[in-house]
Amino acid sequence: MISFAFYLAFLLIFVVFAVYAERKTAAFIQNRLGPMEVGPKGILQTVADLLKMLQKEDIRASAVDIIPYLLAPFIVFAAVFTGFAVLPVNADLSGSTITSGVFFLLAIVSLDVLGILMAGWASNNKYSLYGAMRSVAQIISYEVPLGLSVLCVIIISGTLDLHQMSVLQSGGILSWYIISHPVLIIPFFIFFISGLAESNRTPFDLPESESELIGGYHTEYSGFRWGIFMLSEYGMMLLLSILASILFFGGWNSPMEKIANGPIWSTFWLLSKSLLLIFVQMWVRWTLPRLRVDQLMSLSWKYLTPISIVMLFVCALWKLWLIG
Amino acid sequence: MIQISGFGTVLLFIVGGIGFLMITLLVGKLLRPNNPTTEKQTTYESGEEPSGTAWGQFNVRFYIVALIFLLFEAELIFLFPWATVFGDEQLIAESDGLWAQFSMIETFIFIGILLVGLAYVWSKGMLEWVRPKPKASDFKSRIPESAYKDFK
Repeated sequence: MISFAFYLAFLLIFVVFAVYAERKTAAFIQNRLGPMEVGPKGILQTVADLLKMLQKEDIRASAVDIIPYLLAPFIVFAAVFTGFAVLPVNADLSGSTITSGVFFLLAIVSLDVLGILMAGWASNNKYSLYGAMRSVAQIISYEVPLGLSVLCVIIISGTLDLHQMSVLQSGGILSWYIISHPVLIIPFFIFFISGLAESNRTPFDLPESESELIGGYHTEYSGFRWGIFMLSEYGMMLLLSILASILFFGGWNSPMEKIANGPIWSTFWLLSKSLLLIFVQMWVRWTLPRLRVDQLMSLSWKYLTPISIVMLFVCALWKLWLIG
Repeated sequence: MIQISGFGTVLLFIVGGIGFLMITLLVGKLLRPNNPTTEKQTTYESGEEPSGTAWGQFNVRFYIVALIFLLFEAELIFLFPWATVFGDEQLIAESDGLWAQFSMIETFIFIGILLVGLAYVWSKGMLEWVRPKPKASDFKSRIPESAYKDFK
């Protein structure tokens, strides 16, 4: 119950500041100032945007299929947000105790494809439908390397429970999986790249490439209903970053073995590792150009999937060698 | 403090997430104006009058991607239980280390079969977004073309 209150509150605060941070990062990378007007250094810009969004008229085109159109944002958000249920918050608070942990997370998060397809189809708009189709093809293609790279970690840890996995990595920076098991370096990069594609982030933002498809699957949504899709996208970024920091970077463990270990510190370590990964995602967004659709498919099926299967073999052999 | 079971927490996340959206949309409903006009309610199509409906036929390529995905997702589902028991120390100790080797070889054969599937799809050109045109055979028949015309 505490983890629910924590993650809902944190997600909302995170989205407000992540949108601001994204605009500021973009601005500094492009050598300009970014938002400066609302509040000191423009820090309240997103709050103002949020208030504006709540007051926007809810325009529904008369051609839409109304039931799936209204249902879609709820499905997308619920699928992403339920993924947070199995994440631990700190050393004492493990979230949901279901033993299928990370498997459940991957399963429930992939349901957001359903919501995206519903949104695109129900909008009865050509841009929405193209965006939704591209988005679904992209998300399901990258789900395979994502799942395989998570599997590499599970072979090493032997547990699906994310809290248990963090416990196994306690004992300073040298016990983190990416350092104590160097075979996981390549799976981490595969996980990170697939994570970018899963959350529709640049360089994989073809579903909503605004220069060709206006807004992708959420073209016909306005006001706060549109906001729900944005909330889910940032939620997905956060979810995958927290997952990456648990799987590869020791979760809530402090980098020093004996120092800074209490409940507040462990929350701090978990979140700061995740926020660092989110910064890298934003950095990537403003550095790399968008992929073409054929490059997107060949990257997933011809490179990432075979490489991750090979890494699965390597990890199994490594584990066999370790247990000797 | 009330104790909730594992899946109770999951249910709390689903219901709580949807409830949060409902409340926010309800607050929005009190704040936002509502005066729909016919112009506002037309489907957006870059300022043009929308022509026809979007619900038409779609490229079959997406269907093939979905099929390949199903193949590999089924593989993943079977691999998850294996990965958790693969390094189980008790099972290994009971079988003198044979458990890990045996289950690993079994799984490798299983993945190998699926890799053949991927190689097949790849060689068929299904992974190319722009599918290569089928090559016409350069076989030349000695029977002249005109013979077919006379043949009834």
